[in-house]
Parts: sequence; C-alpha cells; structure tokens
Amino acid sequence: MTIAPEETETEVPEGHVKLVVDGEEVVAPEGELLIRTAERLGTVIPRFCDHPLLDPAGACRQCLVEVEMDGRPMPKPQASCTMTVADGMVVKTQKSSRVAEKAQEGVMELLLINHPLDCPVCDKGGECPLQNQAMAHGRSTSRFVDTKRTFPKPISISSQVLLDRERCVLCQRCTRFSDQIAGDPFIDLLERGVHQQIGTAETADIENSASHTSSGTPFQSYFSGNTIQICPVGALTSAAYRFRSRPFDLVSSPSVCEHCSSGCALRTDFRRGKVMRRLAGDDPDVNEEWSCDKGRFAFRYAAAKDRIRKPMVRDDAGELVEASWTEALRRAADALVAARDGNGAGVLTGGRLTVEDAYAYTKFARIALRSNDIDFRARAHSAEELDFLASSVVGTTPEHVSYASLEKAPAVLCVAFEPEEESPIVFLRLRKAARDKGTKVFHIGQWTTSSVRKTFGELLACQPGGEAAAIDGIADHAKDLDAALCSDGAVVLVGERAAEVPGLFGAVARLAERTGARVAWVPRRAGERGALEAGAAPTLLPGGAPVTDADARRALETSWGLDAGTLPAEPGRDTAAMLAAAASGELAALVVAGVDPDDLPDPAAAREALANVGFVLSLEMRPSPVTEHADVVLPIAPVDEKTGTFLDWEGRERPFTITLEGTGALPDCRVLDTLAVEMDADLFTQTSQAAWSDFARCRVVKGTFRASDAHKMPFTTPDAPADAVRLATWRQLVDNGSLQDDEPHLAGTARNAVLRMSATTAQRHGVTRGEQATISTDRGALTLPVEFADLLDDVVWAPARSPESIRTVLGAGHGAAVTLSGGAR
Amino acid sequence: MADPITPVLTKRWLSPNSWRLSTYEQLEGYTAVKKALRKPPEQLVALIKDAGLRGRGGAGFPAGVKWSFMPTNEEKPHYLVINADEGEPGTCKDIPLMMADPHSLIEGCIIASYAMRAHHCFIYVRGEVLHCIRRLQAAVREAYDAGYIGKDILGSGFDLDIVVHAGAGAYICGEETALLDSLEGRRGQPRLKPPFPAAAGLYAKPTTVNNVETIATVPYIVNGGSDWFREMGTEKSPGPKIYSISGHVEQPGQYEAPLGTTLRELLELAGGMKDGVPLKFWTPGGSSTPMFTADHLDVPLDFEGAAEAGSMLGTTAIMVFNETVSVPWAVMKWTQFYEHESCGKCTPCREGTFWLAQVLERMVAGKGTEEDIDTMLDVCDNILGRSFCALGDGAVSPIESGIKYFRDEFLALCEDNKAKQSEAELVGAKA
Repeated sequence: MTIAPEETETEVPEGHVKLVVDGEEVVAPEGELLIRTAERLGTVIPRFCDHPLLDPAGACRQCLVEVEMDGRPMPKPQASCTMTVADGMVVKTQKSSRVAEKAQEGVMELLLINHPLDCPVCDKGGECPLQNQAMAHGRSTSRFVDTKRTFPKPISISSQVLLDRERCVLCQRCTRFSDQIAGDPFIDLLERGVHQQIGTAETADIENSASHTSSGTPFQSYFSGNTIQICPVGALTSAAYRFRSRPFDLVSSPSVCEHCSSGCALRTDFRRGKVMRRLAGDDPDVNEEWSCDKGRFAFRYAAAKDRIRKPMVRDDAGELVEASWTEALRRAADALVAARDGNGAGVLTGGRLTVEDAYAYTKFARIALRSNDIDFRARAHSAEELDFLASSVVGTTPEHVSYASLEKAPAVLCVAFEPEEESPIVFLRLRKAARDKGTKVFHIGQWTTSSVRKTFGELLACQPGGEAAAIDGIADHAKDLDAALCSDGAVVLVGERAAEVPGLFGAVARLAERTGARVAWVPRRAGERGALEAGAAPTLLPGGAPVTDADARRALETSWGLDAGTLPAEPGRDTAAMLAAAASGELAALVVAGVDPDDLPDPAAAREALANVGFVLSLEMRPSPVTEHADVVLPIAPVDEKTGTFLDWEGRERPFTITLEGTGALPDCRVLDTLAVEMDADLFTQTSQAAWSDFARCRVVKGTFRASDAHKMPFTTPDAPADAVRLATWRQLVDNGSLQDDEPHLAGTARNAVLRMSATTAQRHGVTRGEQATISTDRGALTLPVEFADLLDDVVWAPARSPESIRTVLGAGHGAAVTLSGGAR
Repeated sequence: MADPITPVLTKRWLSPNSWRLSTYEQLEGYTAVKKALRKPPEQLVALIKDAGLRGRGGAGFPAGVKWSFMPTNEEKPHYLVINADEGEPGTCKDIPLMMADPHSLIEGCIIASYAMRAHHCFIYVRGEVLHCIRRLQAAVREAYDAGYIGKDILGSGFDLDIVVHAGAGAYICGEETALLDSLEGRRGQPRLKPPFPAAAGLYAKPTTVNNVETIATVPYIVNGGSDWFREMGTEKSPGPKIYSISGHVEQPGQYEAPLGTTLRELLELAGGMKDGVPLKFWTPGGSSTPMFTADHLDVPLDFEGAAEAGSMLGTTAIMVFNETVSVPWAVMKWTQFYEHESCGKCTPCREGTFWLAQVLERMVAGKGTEEDIDTMLDVCDNILGRSFCALGDGAVSPIESGIKYFRDEFLALCEDNKAKQSEAELVGAKA
C-alpha cells in the first residue's frame, strides 16, 4: 500500500522567498543568487566568472538557465550568477531544460575556439575548471576549423605572476579580485573584442598598443598570488611553481601559515618529500579563501641547502662540528645544569613557535632551569606591554574580538598597527568591512599609508612616539571618532609597535574604559599569541596567571606533579634584561630558539651578550647569528615537518598536522623533553599531542591578575634635538626576514625601500625628492631614496628591515631622534 | 491635417546658417522652453507620455515612461545624458540633425532636464564627427550667452549646465550603460542591470539616457501639443521620423516622414532606385535589424510594422542594395564590423563574432562548405539572447536573415569548393 504524501505548504521564514528549481520547491534567503540556490540543491551550474566572494559580473555567460516569472518564461536564458531569487520564480537548469543545456554547450564551445590545446604542458591541467567543465558540459568535438587568435606567451606581469593571454577566458576574476578585495587595481582589461586581454600598464606598453599609458606599473600587490589560484584556466601561473609538477602528482595537506598572526588556513602540496607549492585554504571564519603572497610563496627556507639536520657542538678549535644527539644533549645538559646551579640560565624563545613548543620552553625554564627568565618577545618590548598582555589579552578568545566582529564593528581604530604590512588578512577583512559593511576605519599613525587608503580610512597623524598623547586627545579633538568608538561593537587594534611608545598601553586602556570599545592585540609573528598563552613570559604562568600568585603556582605544581614550592616565585627577566645580564655575566647561559638579533631593540648589545655569555644553546633550523655564538646547536623541525597549533591574533586555535613525514626532524618540544631528561626533569612533551594535552590541562589554572601600575605611569615624549628628526619605522611585509630566503620571485614584489617625509622636512634638511638622503645616529647611517608623503614636519619614515635592519645600522627604533641629511654618506 | 510630409524636425535644415541661434530664434526657436518652464515638471512628463513619443535610438521605449522612472525628489543629483554616439552602420540622422539644427536638441535638453529635475546634461557625441562636435559646442556657447542655459534660465529659477563630450571611437558606447562608463572615464563596457540608470546611472546617480532625435522632438510636442503630434504616424508609433536612406537610390539622404511610411513611398521621395537597377535587399533600421527584400516594399516602417514583418525599426537607417550586390559579401562586411566592435566583455559576442567573420570570409573566398551554413546558424543561435547586451543580438541579424532569404547565394559559394573537396589529397602527399 502506498500512502500519498500529504500536501504541506512549505513555510517561508521572514526574509526568504519560495521558488522552484528543476521542479523542486526551495526556500531561499532574499538576495541569494540562483547559482547558489541550485548549488544548495546539489545542482552545479557551470561557471567561470562567478566567485562567491567577488561582485557578480555576468561576463562569461556559462551559467545560463531558463527562468519563469509569474508564469511567464523570460524570453532569453538568464545568467544564474547575476539573477537573485524571487518569490514564485521557476528556474530550469541544464538538468531540466534543453534550452539551458544548449546555451551552456554553446558558450563552452565558444570559449574553447580560441583556447590553446596546450593542456598537457599547462600548470592548470588536471585541476582546471575549464577542462573539467568542458568535459562535463561541452560538446565532444569542436566545429571550429579556422585560425585561432594567438598571443606571444607568457608575459610576466610581476616577478611572481606570469600571464598566458591565449588561455585566458576573460572572466575578470583576477581584475575584480585585485580591484575589490585587495584594492590593488594594477591589472585590467586592455583592447577589445577577441583581442581583449588582461594587462598592466607595463604590458600595454610592451604591446605598443593604442593604450600607451605610462612608464609602467607592474602588478604590485601583496595578494597577487590569489589571482593565480582563482584563475579558472591556466592564464595566470606562478613563476616559482611553473612547470614544477602536475596536480595529480601532488599530495595535498591542510596546513596553517607560520608567517604572521593572521592564522590563515593553507593547503600545502608536496611531491616526493618536497613542498612544491602552497595555496590559500578555505576558512570563512579566518582568511575566507585568500592568503597573502608571503604565506603562499615563502616556504623554501625549510628546504634550504644549509638546513641544520644534525646536532652540532663547538670543538676545541672553536668550530661547530656535527655530533651525535647523545653527545650534543650531554654537552648541553651538563652546561645548563652548571649554569642553573650557578648564575642561572635564561630562555629566549622568539615569536615563531607553536603553542606546544612554547609550552615546552615554558616548562623547561620553570622545571629544568628553575627560573622565570623566559621571554617570547624577540623585538622591542616593554614592561607596560607585558602588563597589558596579562590584563587584556591573555585568555581572550574569538568571542572577544574576531574577524567577524571587525566586519560588524561600526568603527575600528588601528593603533601603532599597519594592517597590510603586519597582518595582511586582518587588512583584507578591514577593507571588506569598510567597503561592504560601512565600517569606519581610523588609523593612528604617521602618514596616509596604503593601509589607510585601502581601508577607506581616516588618519590621525601624530609624531612617532606621540601615539599615547594622540589617543588621550581623541575625546577633545576627534569627536566623531570618539562617538564611533562609544557605539556598540567598536574595536581597537593594537600592533607590536605599541611596545616602543611609552604610555601607549595606558592610554589605550583609558580609551577602552571610557568608550567601551574592545581592544585586541595583533602581534606580527605567528607564535607570539600562543607563546603568551603558554606562559613563555617572565611574569606569567601557562594560562595567564601571574607567577607571583601563590595559589596559581601551587595549582600548577600539582598539575605538573612537582613538589610544593618548586616553582620560582620571583618574576623573571625580560628579553632585554636577560641579554644585559648575559653580557655582564649575571646569567651563565642562554637557551635560544628562533631569534634574529637584528630584530631586537639593540642588536649590537644582543650580539655582545651572545658572545660573552658562558654557554649558548641554539635550537635552530639554519645557521644564524645565534648559531655563530652557540656552543651546542640542536636541529629542530620546520612547520611542514611537525604537528602543532598556532594561536592567531584572535586567540583562535589553528591546529595543523605534519605534512612531510619521516624526515627525522624533531619539534622543539621533543628536543627539550629529551634534554630535560638529561637534566633529570620530566616535561611530558615528547610529542606535540602530549604537550598540547598537558597544556590544556593546566591552562584552566587562571589566577586573578592584578594590574601593576606600570601602565599608569606618567610619560613624557623626549624632545628631539634641534637639528634632529623623529624616526617612524615599521617592517614591510616582504623584506629580508629569514623565512623569505631563497624566494627571488616573492622578493621581486617587495615594496621599494625609501625614506618618506614631507616636502617641508626635505627642504629644511636639504633633501631632494627622488634623490638619496641619509638618516644617521652616532651608531651608523642609512641611505635610501626619498619620497614625499603627508608626514608631520620633522618626521621621517624608514622601513625597519628593507634592505637592512634599521636597528642594527642605527641602533634606533620607532620614535627615536635621528639626523637627516641630503645625499649618501 | 498637415501634409504627411510637411517637415517638422528638419524644417530649418535648408535655411541659410540654420545652425545659428539667430536663425533658430527666427523660426520659432526657444519658444517651447518658455512655455515649458512655466509648467510643473510632472505636467511635462505627462505631456510626453500622452504624445506617445517613443525612443528614436532603436528600441522604441516610450520616452515619457522612461522619464517617469526618475525619482521625483532631489536627494541626489539627477542627470540627463544624450546618446549622440551615432554609430550603427547606415544610420545618419542624429549627426545631420546636430549639424543643421543643434539648437533644437539644446532646447529639448533644457525641457527634458527641467522635467526630470536634472541640472546637468551631458551630450555624448561620437568622437569621429569632429565638425559636428564643434558645431554643437558653438551652439551650446551661444545658448549660454543668450541665457537659455546656465543659472536661472529665463528668470525661472531653473539652473542647467550642458556639457558636450566626445567619445573615443567605440560602437559599444552607444549602449547606454557602456556610454555611462565611458562618460565617467572608464573602459566602455556595458554594466550589469539592475540597477538601471534611473536608479543608479552616471556616477551612480539617477540618470536618463535619451537619443538625440527623441529629445529634439520634445520642443515641437510642447509647442504643438500631444494631439497634434499624434496626427502623424500610427496609433502606437506616433510622430515624425527622420529616415536616413543610403545605398543604391538616386538621391540618398535624410527624409522626414511620419512613422509608418513604407519603403515604396520613401523610394519615391529618394528618386527611385539608382539607374533603375532593381532592389534586392535592404535594412529597415541599420545592420543590426534583420534585412528585408523586395517583398517587403509595403511594410509600414513603424515599430509594430517592422516587428511583424520579422525585423525591427531600429534607427530607421535604410540601406538599399540592388541586384549587383552579393548578400554573403555584404553579410561578411557587416560581420567584420561587429567582430571589430565587440567590446569583449562576454563570451558569445566576443568569440562568436570572431568565428562567424572567419567562416564568412572563407565562404566569400570560395572555401566554404554547406556544413558551414548550418554551423553559422547554430552559432548565431548560441549568440542571440545569450550575450550580455544587444550588440551580440544585432551581430547575428544580418547572418540569420541573409541565409533566410538568400540561402541559395551562400550555397552557390560552396559549389566550387565541393568539387575541390572531392579530390582531396592525402596529407603530406606532396611533401
């Protein structure tokens, strides 16, 4: 017996409409595009120009469907990527309409008439939407027997993106991405008809066409790699990856970017034990489908020829020589035990560790070295910062501030933070918020940078070092900003540079208290947030309790299986204090992970400390200024060769698993665990998994943090000497950081290193635009070409590590007084 | 009732210095604007609606209805844009109008702008017609000097600025949204609709785009009234129209006649077929409208009549071809034009015109096959109604209609090749 199903009226919720797709009734939210509605029903309509994160274009015409409205069929097939759902609409896709099917076949045939049949040598072959959809929706043979339109191929539109115009189907995904998402409209359509092509101002000149537009701006964007990924054909290819492998030879592994605190989901593709490329992963909560070029292209450092793969010890002649693990660990353990029992040993972890590894360093310092002398900050830092991190950052999760809350925020204030250079995905989200959601973005900085322009932002210009005063002045001098910050959901983002500005954290705290805006900290490095949480800081235990909190210590001792009173109760030394102590002999040894002395506030002092301290243990991947001074070097695994977790700036866990197995490289936590055993201490961090579960157990031990008064201290901005200028400086995304080694194509897209200043400043100091100028201190001088920008007078901006470390050369950082003069020195 | 061919739009064209303000003023010029500025704007919109004036740019959309889409408030600036990018092959009416009687367009612009509460009017003129642009600019200057445009026009309190803008040589910029992009300084390619121009047009503000002839007709309606206007033409297509007749006729040129006039009547005006050589085929409204043959001499040339007979009125650009002309050759030339002018935005038009032009070139060279004819028709079917804008639709009109009426001529071109094909050599036999 069959029972006829009862006719039930489908309920249509508020803001939804009911329509019929291929005979099936469906409820869809208002404004949804037909192509997505069909997709939800499991019908994939072929498409090229459509991309869910880009504005509709309707250019390729591949997604045509038949549509009926109010019982009347529309005379022409409609592009389902541009038409939104409507109540009572009847849609027939290729599944139920011969008209739609024929229209799709027709467009496919047309797309292929000028497409070269070079799939066998095309990078996209095997993962090509054109190839796949031609197989699924196209005719089996072409009727085109005439001559194809050809172009010379390929042309480079930047040092890392190559353009093959013959393959291009002119869907405009790349141009729309660059214009809408990245805000770098340096590629556009040129010419018309079948000669239409993607190009830059440079290629227009190459073509010697009518559009002789400029002296040539290449495709200059930190996000250009995304265009390669979203290109539905092999028209845009990566200079670094071109002809390296076939997609079907690759093994793909989900991964997480190690470069900055954005926390991008990536996909790492490898073949025969070697990483061939990285692509942006799809994570709507974090990076959507994008990544920056650094995250995409900078991965070859791990495969560098000089990778340290075996432990090394310094022999009697002072040379580092390879040694067995047993010998190296013995040497290190003996030296560290002696140091611990003598003047003590400090730990510098650097900002690039996973949570698990940072946690192992935390335990190693506290248990094996019995010290709180541990700091993750391998950059300019301050006691105020540590207080701020302890009171406002540690323990926060995406529920506090997240990417989503940036989009919802009525206003976002960026303080001492350059989003595009320091956290590119935060930048993309700010731009999206401003462009699509009307979020107002304000920047407290020195000049109208591209971050300000591309977030449609407003700059509150101040002297470098004067950021705190600027924030205190908001209530009186920027009433619109003040009102915006008082509205519900407003966010303040603070960057790493804030640690260099006295009083800034206090000012931010006062601002937040007064306006109710939520404050989030966006460090530059991927490991900083995790290291903070793991307790790799001199004043904090894992989970964020202060080391001075006896109850928290007691709880942790129980958790770690230690005797009561074992954990050191006195706050430790921060990075600068440890280095000073090491230089003067107050510290007997240093355990150093990924630290580049050139990033430290005083690189010369750091080098001196490394040279003078009794013993240096370096856990490194490649030779560095630290290994130069190391007595023992223990090799550790790069991210591809280990499992771990990063915490992004939101406090969101970004776990990843091993990509390349069996390389023999060990994560820091494993090395430290073994080393600790040699020192008669148990860390229980043999594997990342073990370290994580141990961390998760003790993380709940959050004590109450009593803010010290450090951030309430009055501050003064020291007056600059009469003939000096004030230095503003921060790092550019692509510079000479060591994780970008061996990537010439990426390096080619770095922004020019220039000195920026106002025209008045230049005039006062005898500097000419476009020519060289020099900034100097008693330490040294840096000469770069000059560009004008809207800085305050007597302020000069210089990149922090392009090409050289400004701290190494000048011994000066953001807010310092330097001398400016025309010409080279 | 006036003689059906008493000129309206072209009545000043033969006067000496017809383009001068003084001539225009002597011949009823700027009398309509004085009446119009005393009326409320809604009344003017209603007048144009009542008159049944339909757009003269080709599509025939009722102008009054289009005007009524404009918001009645002035929260945002409104714009009137005149499409003077006359580029349709065979069309030659707007440029002569602007050459001979530019002030009629300017007066129309003032009235239309006032009716739509626009204070800026842009006239986008085809860039190639430099002489016309200069004459229009001179006329605009004269009108400014005389106080017809500028601040507080004729003491009415209404302000209007008119800007004459030269295009840069692209047929696609006659498409209204591509025109707007071009006017904004962007690459001229059609925009996605909605939003329609009345909601977000030029600079994303409410905008109406009208053809030159449409707007130049407006002052006469204001002066004569809607009943007078409806005395001319047909019920659904009222009013006078400038037919531009070119090709094999004794006297090619612009002929003003009421809508609904037939080619037989127009040929009489134009002195008949050149040298008496019989008519073979013709286009009613430019190359984008399907061609007609001698069988269509009595089709009333209004929007309905042309459509019923299987074509479109288009721009009333009548291109007349006698028996000496090969249809496949003419179709090839037109197709080459569309291939050259396709903007490249959408696949069907970009790739399709490229393909069709090659097939036709091959065919005209005697290297076509019967199969090519079917392929062409199928490719046309894949372009028609599948492209982003109407350019693709227009591109297939000559091919489809050419094959429909003159298939034999296409087949004849393939005959030669048939013989050759049957004795095809083995690949590499000669190597």
